[in-house]
Amino acid sequence: MAQRTRSQQADRIRHLLETEGDAIHAQTSASNARRGDVYDVTDDLEALRTDARAIKEDAIDDLPELIETVREAVEANGGTVYVADDAADANAYVADVVEQNGSTDAADEPSVVKSKSMTTEEIDLNDALEADGIDVTETDLGEWVLQVADDTPSHIVGPAMHLSRAEIADLFNERFDPDEPFETAEELTRFARDHLGEIITDADVGITGANFVVADSGTITLVTNEGNARKCAVTPDTHVAIAGVEKLIPTLSDLEPFVDLIAKSATGQPISQYVTMLTPPTDSPTLEFDSPDEPITAGGGGGAAGPIGDPDREFHLVLLDNGRMDMREDDQLRETLYCIRCGACSNSCANFQSVGGHGFGGETYSGGIATGWEAGVHGQDSAAEFNDLCTGCTNCVDACPVKIDIPWINTVVRDRVNRSDEPEAYDFLVDGLTPDAESGGLDPGKRFFGNIGTVAKAASATAPVSNWLADAGPVRAALERTLGIDRRRDLPTFRRESLVDWFEKRGGFAASSRRAAQADSRDDGADVDREVVCYPDVYTNYVDTERGKAAVRALEALGVPVRVPDLPESGRAALSQGMIATADRQASRVYAALAEDLDAGRDVVVIEPSDLAAMHREYERLLPESSYERLREGSYEICEYVYGLLENGADPSALSTGDGAEPVAYHSHCQQRTLDLEAQTVAVLERCGYAPVTSDAECCGMAGSFGYKREYYELSMDVGERLAGQLEGADTVVASGTSCGDQLETLLERDVPHPIELLAPGRYRA
Amino acid sequence: MTVDTVGRFERALEGLDVELERVSAADATERIETIVEEPAVGAPLPFEGVSLPDDVTTGPTTAELEAARTGVTPVGFAIAEYGTVAIESTADGAEPISLYPDRHVAVVAESDVVPDLSAGFTRLADGFDAGRESVVFATGRSATADMGDLVHGVHGPGTVRVIVLEDR
Repeated sequence: MAQRTRSQQADRIRHLLETEGDAIHAQTSASNARRGDVYDVTDDLEALRTDARAIKEDAIDDLPELIETVREAVEANGGTVYVADDAADANAYVADVVEQNGSTDAADEPSVVKSKSMTTEEIDLNDALEADGIDVTETDLGEWVLQVADDTPSHIVGPAMHLSRAEIADLFNERFDPDEPFETAEELTRFARDHLGEIITDADVGITGANFVVADSGTITLVTNEGNARKCAVTPDTHVAIAGVEKLIPTLSDLEPFVDLIAKSATGQPISQYVTMLTPPTDSPTLEFDSPDEPITAGGGGGAAGPIGDPDREFHLVLLDNGRMDMREDDQLRETLYCIRCGACSNSCANFQSVGGHGFGGETYSGGIATGWEAGVHGQDSAAEFNDLCTGCTNCVDACPVKIDIPWINTVVRDRVNRSDEPEAYDFLVDGLTPDAESGGLDPGKRFFGNIGTVAKAASATAPVSNWLADAGPVRAALERTLGIDRRRDLPTFRRESLVDWFEKRGGFAASSRRAAQADSRDDGADVDREVVCYPDVYTNYVDTERGKAAVRALEALGVPVRVPDLPESGRAALSQGMIATADRQASRVYAALAEDLDAGRDVVVIEPSDLAAMHREYERLLPESSYERLREGSYEICEYVYGLLENGADPSALSTGDGAEPVAYHSHCQQRTLDLEAQTVAVLERCGYAPVTSDAECCGMAGSFGYKREYYELSMDVGERLAGQLEGADTVVASGTSCGDQLETLLERDVPHPIELLAPGRYRA
Repeated sequence: MTVDTVGRFERALEGLDVELERVSAADATERIETIVEEPAVGAPLPFEGVSLPDDVTTGPTTAELEAARTGVTPVGFAIAEYGTVAIESTADGAEPISLYPDRHVAVVAESDVVPDLSAGFTRLADGFDAGRESVVFATGRSATADMGDLVHGVHGPGTVRVIVLEDR
């Protein structure tokens, strides 16, 4: 049943927070900070990302041709290309190659050394080879630790980062029983190097992945810091490289932006220690460690090497389909194939930083992009397990070197998962309240949050009774049972008088025009001659009406008349629940309701950053292009708009100003930050006499409905505590997003207003 | 050239804890001799007037390769921006010689130090056209953080020294 799953999920997340959280957070946040630093100092970063994405778009488009090109190139070099349909096909082929190249002594098990490859994790190659009596050893230290521990990777790049040094030392001391117990990372590494070194020199076959495959020359690119991929590829006579078909790029010159980007995005290094461009079979001599006295260059490769490399070498390139060619045909999942497996989406994700890949992963892949990979290669059920951990904050989009819209992939998969569910027993409960465009069977909690506007309207109409009811114990228990709303979370208090009603009662647009004209006549600043439509998002309209009132008063004080019409929901809430059809309908309604204002040259001002983000980003997928462009160009975040007014000569003294040094701790909403709108609020605060300091924690953890949900409550608080820890010392704390404000008020036990409340005339009482 | 490319190369290597020395061809053999820790193996240096010290074994056996503490190889070119040396997979074993011993001594001609990755890719493409299609961009020392802390020298060398031949 649904609620048992919810409770199990809560238990699982709690367990991961306790057991792996600290190690994961230390590593991912450090990598993420280094990535941020190296991105900041890379002059041509945007050009590199744009180039990289364009190359991937074209390569995926031309994939069938590229497969034929690489086949010709590798065969001309004397190697073999095998395109495997699925895991079983790939594993059988590799097992065959290994058996043919194993020792001639039947008593010896054939042996394989491997360099870390998520693609071989995807197909469970090790299990398949071992079932055939083949001995497989991982040579990447992290991957080897997992092999010894019989554990699974928790990160695309740092597969064992959930294990601390002490845990690895305990594991190795128990397994290898050394004379002196291992303690330091140095000791562990030295042991691993010697132990694995012997295994590599004895191996029959080396298996690697491939970060990129250059089609026209048949060049495999391997990116590593340890050097193990080099040893696996060149030490045994036979090398098998296994790569998803999407790793193909046309020519050597296409490789350049990726070599420049991959280490920056993965670990924040300018470039990896080893970028190996291998066009097998190579001229390098083969190494016969069982004939120690033979010169390495005395074989066929010595001296007079022919054009096709050392003749003792054998090379196989296995290109894996396993659902990828279908993903290529899928307009929504295709972008996943542009992924270069750098893990930047994981490192930049607040939730991932807390629970790691074992919470945020399917059968193989983890992190933000995992939803696309798992849905494509293992099916929707694998992706469904963790899909809801994406809160849509979009930090990962800025981190991604190929600009993949990962939150959108998560939204699409969520929508598909919603549709595949059986009708729920609780449908009747929410049916009356939910005028959405979704088919039956949607999780009632999702349906409730996706229709929060309707819920809020009803709750406001019946406030304060609805608030008393919602706080009552039995009601909270029912909300938890049916909708999954955690009873530890304070619910919003709905206002009887909505912002729209308040605005009408005080005289509507006519009164606002008079106030703006009075303000204009008082100061001799700029004559800005603008009119604003203030968008009453659900929360501002029914719950936090004070920030809406503050926005109206601030704009009027700066000489701008305001309208606050009753406008449709933006669709943000529906999008968060994966209800794309509902969001699509709402986007159309919003545009229709605002079209006349846009035509009249009025500016749309939005207070809630997530609603603005919907209009500026997701609407691109929901509205005709010209409608989208028109709304995007005509809409602004409230403090961004105030910044524009001040820049155009409006007088900040019309607002509530500080004394020039008054410290204010400011948390910008994550989507506001990814829209590059944090700086404007900071600038406005500075212009108005405050000394703002900003937070750099990824996210508040509340993220709309996320923190209300029972299974995510503890994770939400874990993420939130990192933010709260940065802000707690300040006298005044302000936050742009409603969720951020709610979360911080809970964690800091004090009021956390919107910055506009601080700035509006008749200053906020802190 | 108005920009000091070798200087830039040297600064990038400093950040990687790799020492760079500028020497003339006439002094190179002697300098290499002082840097290598024995036993040492090497791939022949293709620079006129420069030879490997007598104690450096060329065409090593696998036992000598495994026992060697130092590997000396020429590099095709270097990229100043990142402190990268490009090691080509040649029949005389430059790839394993640069990889197996704990110390790698890379010898590059000053004229082969290019300013940035783009220039490096131009050189790489020229090499591909000439049939040199297997190249490693090696930057600094082998490293891992998989055992809980950053450790250098895993499967690859733990120390790297770069010799720039100034009059080449």
